[in-house]
Amino acid sequence: MTLNRRHFIGTGFAAASLLSVPMVWGQAKPRVVVIGGGAGGATAARYLAKDSAGGLDVTLIEANPIYTTCFFSNLYLGGFREFESLQHGYDGIAAGGVTIINDMATGVDRAAKTVTLAGGQTVPYDRLILSPGIDFRDGAVPGWSADAHAEIMPHAYKAGPQTQLLKSMIESMPQGGTFAMIAPPNPYRCPPGPYERISMVAHALKQNNPTAKILVLDPKENFSKKALFEEGWAKHYDGMVEWVGPEFGGGAVEVRPDTMEIVVDGEIQKVDVCNVIPGQMAGKIAAIAGVTDDSGWAPVHPDSMKTKADDNIYVLGDSSAQGDMPKSGYSANSQAKVASMTIRGELLGSNVFPAKYSNTCWSLIAPDDGVKVGASYEPTPEKIASVESFISATGEDAALRKATYEESIGWYSGITADMFG
Amino acid sequence: MIRQIFLALTLAAATALPVAAERIGDAARGATLFDRQCKACHQIGDGATNRVGPTLSNIFGRKAGTVAGFKYSKSITRMGADGLTWTLQTLDAYIENPKALVSGTRMNYRGMADASARADLMAFLRDYSDQPANIPESEPTARKSEPTLDPAILAIQGDPEYGAYLSSECSTCHRRDGADEGIPAITQWPPEDFVVAMHAYKSKLRPHPVMQMMASRLSNDEIAALAAYFATLE
Repeated sequence: MTLNRRHFIGTGFAAASLLSVPMVWGQAKPRVVVIGGGAGGATAARYLAKDSAGGLDVTLIEANPIYTTCFFSNLYLGGFREFESLQHGYDGIAAGGVTIINDMATGVDRAAKTVTLAGGQTVPYDRLILSPGIDFRDGAVPGWSADAHAEIMPHAYKAGPQTQLLKSMIESMPQGGTFAMIAPPNPYRCPPGPYERISMVAHALKQNNPTAKILVLDPKENFSKKALFEEGWAKHYDGMVEWVGPEFGGGAVEVRPDTMEIVVDGEIQKVDVCNVIPGQMAGKIAAIAGVTDDSGWAPVHPDSMKTKADDNIYVLGDSSAQGDMPKSGYSANSQAKVASMTIRGELLGSNVFPAKYSNTCWSLIAPDDGVKVGASYEPTPEKIASVESFISATGEDAALRKATYEESIGWYSGITADMFG
Repeated sequence: MIRQIFLALTLAAATALPVAAERIGDAARGATLFDRQCKACHQIGDGATNRVGPTLSNIFGRKAGTVAGFKYSKSITRMGADGLTWTLQTLDAYIENPKALVSGTRMNYRGMADASARADLMAFLRDYSDQPANIPESEPTARKSEPTLDPAILAIQGDPEYGAYLSSECSTCHRRDGADEGIPAITQWPPEDFVVAMHAYKSKLRPHPVMQMMASRLSNDEIAALAAYFATLE
């Protein structure tokens, strides 16, 4: 179907005048509040302020004054990035006209249209964007809870001190020791992430602890880029990585943090480092706001990222249930642009163009051995649907893999500039 | 005239061959053509010397009028000084009609009208010049693949405001400040170059999978809008 652009401008104006309350001169500017300063929230706040040229009052609420990107944090584990290179402040977003509040959002009153903060403040909104990433499901891995055991068996799946902790554990593993990963069930943040992590841990161990073993316990039959990772592990880390799928007990693992043991298929095994990546759900504030469903994620309209539960609330990125897009920083960034355009259209009557989404996930397997997978997406009435996709091929030559890795570094530079200014 | 061979590449044919570039021509047929039409005046290869015409060894990438010991026409010498270098494009134009490219040339040759015959001849000549495998900066051994664009597509005036919205999809990877830290800068390109490049991805002549995917769903108007927007982005 080919759509004429003027048609969209026309419907954009029409929709805007029908659905929105036009701004009245003399009244305060419409207020948009964004909770969560990651790939979705930072991008949305920045684009709302930039594209409305002062027409909106934009506030970003984020607990951490310095943000650590989860994407590329595996490269820090592998020794390819400094930790500081993953960290970004909010000065650039503030300079773009966004009010930054470093506090934790603890409540949403949808009737009053206010957000309450841990510090006691109340922040009113006309539109609210939630981009709170992920939280872990209680009891997802028997024997493990984030509060009690994350210091012993780290998840390192929200980047920050957890990532540094996991790296220090890998570095102090005894020679010939065992690193275990409890991989998550679908859906979860960054589909190739656990397996890129395995690659990076293998690379680090190959340098300093070449007789060490890596055990991956996985509840999934299949995972993102499986053929590429398996080829890479055999090529670069022969004999080091053992992947155990659900058929052999990978899906029903119990952990015993106190004794550093795991129980697989009834068999107790001692491990030296255990990375538990549990089952996931939307960041807590989404559930508090009441926009999630039984799945634990927040269903959204595919053409706008507006929640199905509340016309004034949008959910971006990992927390949303939207269809075919993976939970990734790239996806969240892409969704943020559609949401901010829609919100500007509703509040300011600006043009609303047809939504287009895209995603690419790069993964590093070994030095200069990068691979990627990606797709473009469009809204259908039911979901955000994949239109076209591509994936790196097995057996690609070294020059192409090196170029792919170098491209991923360019992407990191690009997306972080796009998010943080 | 220089673009004639590029124009001969149709989009439909090109779409069926998702390769970065195409072979120049058939060097064996070119050797026969050389024997019949060039050898009376030009030598090429080991031990070649200047005769009526200059040696043609290493002609690719060479500035016109610069073979040591050969006395050129003033026209060729001047064009060389002005920057004429023998490439696939310039040599093709010269062989097609020498006097159309260098009006005062002494080369007494009527020209070769058949584009595929010229391509074969150049494929033969190319074997006697520096190869990219040895010298990376030497002339390509294959033709750049650029799509043939309907002049009407190049003439579309893009809407920069629409381009600004569409550009948000580009800036996830390409920095708006024009920095290249692993992904090329796309700001301040001449709009025509931008449009040609995007259509080369759209028709899958250029090989990059992400760019092919991005370009494949952009309409002609949308590509023009992006070109207009990025041309002016500072």
